[in-house]
Parts: sequence; C-alpha cells; structure tokens
Amino acid sequence: MSEMSKIVRTIAAIVFPFIMIYGLYVIAHGHLTPGGGFQGGAIVASACALLLVAYGSMWTMRRIGEKRLSVFESIGAFFFIALALLGLFFGAVFFNNFLAGSSFLFGDIPMVGSNTGDMNTGGVLPLMNFAVGIKVVAGLFVIILVMAYASNHMEKKRGEKQG
Amino acid sequence: MSRRDMFAVVFFSIVCMFFIFSALLMHPFGSPDETDMDDMIIKNTQRETGANNGVTSVVFDYRGFDTLGEATILFTAVAGVVLLFRRMKET
Amino acid sequence: MIFNIPFIAVAALIIIGLYAVIFRKNLIKTVIGITIIESGVNLFLITLGYREGGVPPIYTNLPEDVSIPRGMVLPVPQALTLTSIVIGVAVLALMLSLVIHIYRVYGTLDVRRIRRLRE
Repeated sequence: MSEMSKIVRTIAAIVFPFIMIYGLYVIAHGHLTPGGGFQGGAIVASACALLLVAYGSMWTMRRIGEKRLSVFESIGAFFFIALALLGLFFGAVFFNNFLAGSSFLFGDIPMVGSNTGDMNTGGVLPLMNFAVGIKVVAGLFVIILVMAYASNHMEKKRGEKQG
Repeated sequence: MSRRDMFAVVFFSIVCMFFIFSALLMHPFGSPDETDMDDMIIKNTQRETGANNGVTSVVFDYRGFDTLGEATILFTAVAGVVLLFRRMKET
Repeated sequence: MIFNIPFIAVAALIIIGLYAVIFRKNLIKTVIGITIIESGVNLFLITLGYREGGVPPIYTNLPEDVSIPRGMVLPVPQALTLTSIVIGVAVLALMLSLVIHIYRVYGTLDVRRIRRLRE
C-alpha cells in the first residue's frame, strides 16, 4: 500500500487521536459499561489501520515497527498471567480476584443493585482489561501491518522482474 | 458426476436435515431452559467481583481460563503470521 | 413473538458455509465458508442466551423496573461469543497467510490442481 493524497493524510491525522481516546475509554470503563479489553482493543487497532491505509505500509513499518509491537504483545500476555498468578499467591486459587473488597486499588464493592458507576471498583478486572487491551491492539495491528508490508514488497518485486 | 461427488452430496443432505430439524426442535426463542448458573452469576456478580458489568466479570473472573486459552491462541496466530511473512520477505 | 426464526437463520448460515467448504474448489472460497460457519456459531450462542425482553447484565444506570435474575439475558454465552470473535479474527488471518503462501509456491488456488502437483 503506497501513501494516499494529502487530503486523506490530513483528515486521518485529525481523526486518529479521537478514535484512540474513544478506544481507551472503552477499555478503561470495561467493568462499568458495555465494552472491555477486546472491544476497545479492536477499536484502537482499527485506528492504527486507518493510519496504515492513509500513510502507506512503508512509513508505518518505519515509524512503528513489527518488533516493538510483538514486544507489546508479550508485555500484555505477561501482565495477564502475572495477575492470575498473584491471585494464586494472595488468594487460594488461580484467577482469584484478590483485590475485590480489600480497600486497595480498585478495591471497593459497589452498592448492590442499580448504581451510577464508580471507577474505583472491580478488583483485578480493570487491570486485566488493560493487559488484554494492550495484547489485542498489538496482536491485531501486527497482523494487518505484516500482511500489508509483505504484499507491497511482493508487488514491487514482481514489477522489477517484469520491467 | 463421480462417486466422490455423490458421497459429498449424500453427506451434505444428511447434515442439512440434521441442522434444520434441530433448529425446529429447539426451545422457543426467548425462554432458555436451564438458567441456574447464569442466575447465580447475575445475582452475585456485584458482591463477589465488585464489577457492575456481568459479562466482564464472567470473562475475566468466573471463566478466566477461557480467556487464558484465547490469549494463547491469539499469540500463536500472530507468531504464525509473522513467521510465514518473514520467510516470504527473504525469498 | 418471532417463534424459532433465529435458530432457522443459524441453520441456514451453517448450511451455506458447509456448502462453500464442501463443493467449492477455490481456497479463498473455502476460507469464506469457514468464516460464515463461525458467524453462524456466534449467532447461535447469542440466541441461546436471550430472554424475552431482557436487558444486558450491566448494573450501571439500570432501569428500576427490571427484576434481577429474570429480566436480564444470560451472561455466559455472551462472554463465550466475545472470546470466539477474537479467536475467529486470529484464525482468519492465519488461514489467509497460509493461502497466500500456497499461491506463491504452487501458482494456483484450485484444490484439485494443488493435489495433482504434489503427486
């Protein structure tokens, strides 16, 4: 994919931060409203795909790089499993919600029944949302990026062979 | 039409019959039969996990192992795609 | 009251996908068929957990007149569908890259010709 015209690039640069903020909102409020790590991660990855379409795969590969994205994916997986293992140490079982009701970070128990939503609840669920969000963003975007870059590379090679 | 195609057609019609009859024999839409586990989760999700969202509490707390397996599959798929395209770039 | 129409739609989706998998010889069409089967399975899980007139199982700003276990849809099938969608995307990407690789090696996407080339 080569880069598109200047109008498309400018509009993509304006819209990109808003989509990013919306995706981060969906990830951060995963324990209160519809959404969570998977959905917000898909939204942020689609924002990155917009960047890829507007600016071309060469530019995106040079600026972001596939190595850095795979490091981010490993970081997300590491935090997810580390939180589950902390449940084994502080609680009794794997995936125990050891932060709920502990008056620590995210430790409050909400009012039972309908309430207006308090950010400081949920135990380990918001932290796991963030870990899975990082993982899904990096995973989906590295798939799109590597496919676009490789097909661009193949096209160029075929053009050289013919010309 | 070869014998292989005949076999495929017979198999396909048997599976079609199976799916259509089982769709007609399902419980009526909107009233599931066994809901004990889900009722328990809906009633206790705020008290046990502290989260308002029942689906997120199921994904990350009650059924965390599913999410762990899903994360593993995502990791494996990404590793496979990157591996295939890296070899393609070199050749 | 729409009777069993969602389940019949599920059966139709799965049958269309199976038709594409069994009778089409193009590998891209096989991949499309597998994706259609997967959306049928997702729709099946969602319709399985639906209750008549139910709201999502989320307590933030819940309306007052909802009875607590009976007025909400089941959360477990929705969580399973959520993981299933992400798995579907990952598996679709892996399948497509394998198909691209096959096309580069054999120069064709026809299943019969690929089989003949290998022998």
